[in-house]
Amino acid sequence: MANNREVDSFSGVETTGHEWDGIKELNNPLPRWWLYILYASIIWSVGYWIAMPAWPMVSSYTQGMLGWSQRSNVMAEVEAIKKSREPIKAKLLQASLEEIEATPDLFTFALASGEAAFGDNCAPCHGSGAQGAVGYPNLNDDEWLWGGALSDIEYTITHGIRNENFDSRYSEMPAFLQVGTVDRKELSDLTDYVLLISDQEPSSEAAAARGQGLYVTHCESCHAADGTGDREQGAPSLVDQIWLYGSDRESIQSTIANARNSTMPQWGERLDPSTIKALAVYVHALGGGE
Amino acid sequence: MDKSYGHPIDILDVEAVNRKDKRSFFKKREPIYPKRVNGTFRWIKWAVMAITLGIYYILPWVRWDRGEGAPNQAVLVDFANSRFYFFFIELWPQEVYYITGLLILAAIGLFLVTALAGRVWCGYTCPQTVWTDLFVWVERAVEGNRNERIRLDKQPWSLSKASKKIFKHIIWLIIAIATGGAWIFYFADAPVLAQQLFNLEAPFTAYVFIGIFAFTTYSLGGLMREQVCIYMCPWPRIQSAMIDDESLAVTYRFDRGEPRAAHKKGASWDGRGDCIDCKQCVAACPMGIDIRDGLQLECIQCALCIDACDDVMAKVDRPLGLIGYDNDLAIQYRQEGKTMPFRPVRLRTVAYSIILAVVGSIMLYGLITRPLVGLNVLKDRNPTYVALSDGGVRNGYEVKILNKLREEKQYFISIEGLPGTTLSAVSLPISGQGEVMVNVPGDDLRAIKVFVTLPAEHRPSGQTPIVFKVSDIKGEITATKESVFSGGRQ
Ligand code: SF4
Ligand code: SF4
Repeated sequence: MANNREVDSFSGVETTGHEWDGIKELNNPLPRWWLYILYASIIWSVGYWIAMPAWPMVSSYTQGMLGWSQRSNVMAEVEAIKKSREPIKAKLLQASLEEIEATPDLFTFALASGEAAFGDNCAPCHGSGAQGAVGYPNLNDDEWLWGGALSDIEYTITHGIRNENFDSRYSEMPAFLQVGTVDRKELSDLTDYVLLISDQEPSSEAAAARGQGLYVTHCESCHAADGTGDREQGAPSLVDQIWLYGSDRESIQSTIANARNSTMPQWGERLDPSTIKALAVYVHALGGGE
Repeated sequence: MDKSYGHPIDILDVEAVNRKDKRSFFKKREPIYPKRVNGTFRWIKWAVMAITLGIYYILPWVRWDRGEGAPNQAVLVDFANSRFYFFFIELWPQEVYYITGLLILAAIGLFLVTALAGRVWCGYTCPQTVWTDLFVWVERAVEGNRNERIRLDKQPWSLSKASKKIFKHIIWLIIAIATGGAWIFYFADAPVLAQQLFNLEAPFTAYVFIGIFAFTTYSLGGLMREQVCIYMCPWPRIQSAMIDDESLAVTYRFDRGEPRAAHKKGASWDGRGDCIDCKQCVAACPMGIDIRDGLQLECIQCALCIDACDDVMAKVDRPLGLIGYDNDLAIQYRQEGKTMPFRPVRLRTVAYSIILAVVGSIMLYGLITRPLVGLNVLKDRNPTYVALSDGGVRNGYEVKILNKLREEKQYFISIEGLPGTTLSAVSLPISGQGEVMVNVPGDDLRAIKVFVTLPAEHRPSGQTPIVFKVSDIKGEITATKESVFSGGRQ
């Protein structure tokens, strides 16, 4: 190629020797500014390789002189956020639960961190929206076995229910049929009475009337004479429309016969006090709080 | 040798950089040494330069009292708080469509003036033109007018040449840095930032942006100049669609100028044109072209050739306006002995004006009637409804209220569409009318959890549409938002 150099007669510029359909390519240089940018880019990229993580190696990669890494960035950001939250956490700890609800920025913070803590710790039993399930109370509604005031909720979260902790909320429903307190006939009558007071259809008026006597003997001390329950003992109301284990005849009968004594862990030993406060505020704010 | 044939005019030896016969696809840049001109259009350009640069540099320093807690800078792009302030207008992120509207207005406005008078934007107000003009002015002040600059560039390097060049670049750099420096004042409180800048305490990004803008100003305005207009800017290509036969453009009136030839003082003008081929118009052109070749892509319509030629015409005692705002169609008419009136009102200019008016009115209407309170309602979906102990049902909603006023305001939230409802909200009072009462700080958004409860006897099945309503105490500032209530039971 070197010996057949060809110069375009019109422009006086050397051609590259390439030809397409009679059109020859001129060997004009690139614009200089373009070239300079290319050189600058090359220099930049070399510097970048040296400074930043760049080349994949067999088991790792070149680390770069600046020590930059995405993971350490994330860790640093997490640390920074934790740090930035410290003052408001401290305020949260100092304030009473009522004060937290009344202070907009504390309240907002408590709701957000309470929601996060709820998702991590409580959602497996109570559901991600605290809507509950059979055997696990719905925390949105207005029925509270042990009280729905802020302090009641905080106490329940801290100590739990029916666990080995001395302070935990405790009560026990007897398994009436199992221990022989009532026989099967009486069990049926008792169930009919409960159906009657909770606004449902008993199998017969007579059965329900027989059940009433049994109720006074065995149930009244906890569930109260009118069936409205007793929060001191975590005894549910039998006259409202919320049933933790189901309101049909089958379920009620099973409850009386075998008892239901579900438990809740004591979160006081797992979560720090500010998280528990935030949780209490969050649960209270779900709408059913008192 | 004096070629001016007795006239007090330099006959220049200059060639258009884009002459047809030497035009090629690949060409080294030819240096251009625009000659200083005086005249009407030059003065207009000085004035426009003073006004535009003045606005650019001074605007961030204009104060505007917005009261407590709000920035008092008239024009401010506040990224940190997501606000845009422009005198009495304050835009929230939800309202960026106003910017779209402004861009539409700017584009149509550009179309309109282009249809009327060609590339007036390019010639007078384009930042590239303004800053290039400023840089050329500096160059002229340091290195002298055209001939001196040519001579200087031909000279071998010497101390005086080097010092002139260095001095020029230093001034250019100062202008460039000042340009970048002014830009960042639009994004932060100017007096504070200025102090930080000098104490080297300003945020790093501020210096980065000064650097970027200084670099672009210096390289585009100082070094690349006409290359930007010819090779980088898309507008010259688009403009051909905007202009028509009747648009005004800087035009060499060939009907009057041809045949061109040198003219001896005192000689007759009969049988020849007015152009004495002195090439002052070419020397004056910052784009380095010859307007006598007709309308060209390179021409930015700066009208400096008009000033240059008028100067010549005055000296040779011929009527002014051999080069002027005109168009080829009018010249053709004149050659046929007819006159073509300039018609600014044409289909396309009317169409552009109508679009301008419509878009402008829509924006103005939007701006005036823009709600002072924003309302958004998100229904809880987990759970969708809550059955209550007495057989009633409750739904939860997140109600977000945006208070665009400066001061704290009390709002009343109520709902319509469902009889028998009770509203409640955590830790918020309820009015006698059953509305949730909430205070929202000025210029802020507040999210409130609102519960809507229906007793058993009113409990609906499935979904019922409801409307949330927010109003202030006088009922003047209101907003509504639709939502639904889930009864749950089928
Ligand atoms: S030809 Fe005239 S109007 Fe066009 S750019 Fe040159 S001086 Fe300006
Ligand atoms: S148009 Fe005017 S300035 Fe240009 S060469 Fe002719 S006389 Fe001179």
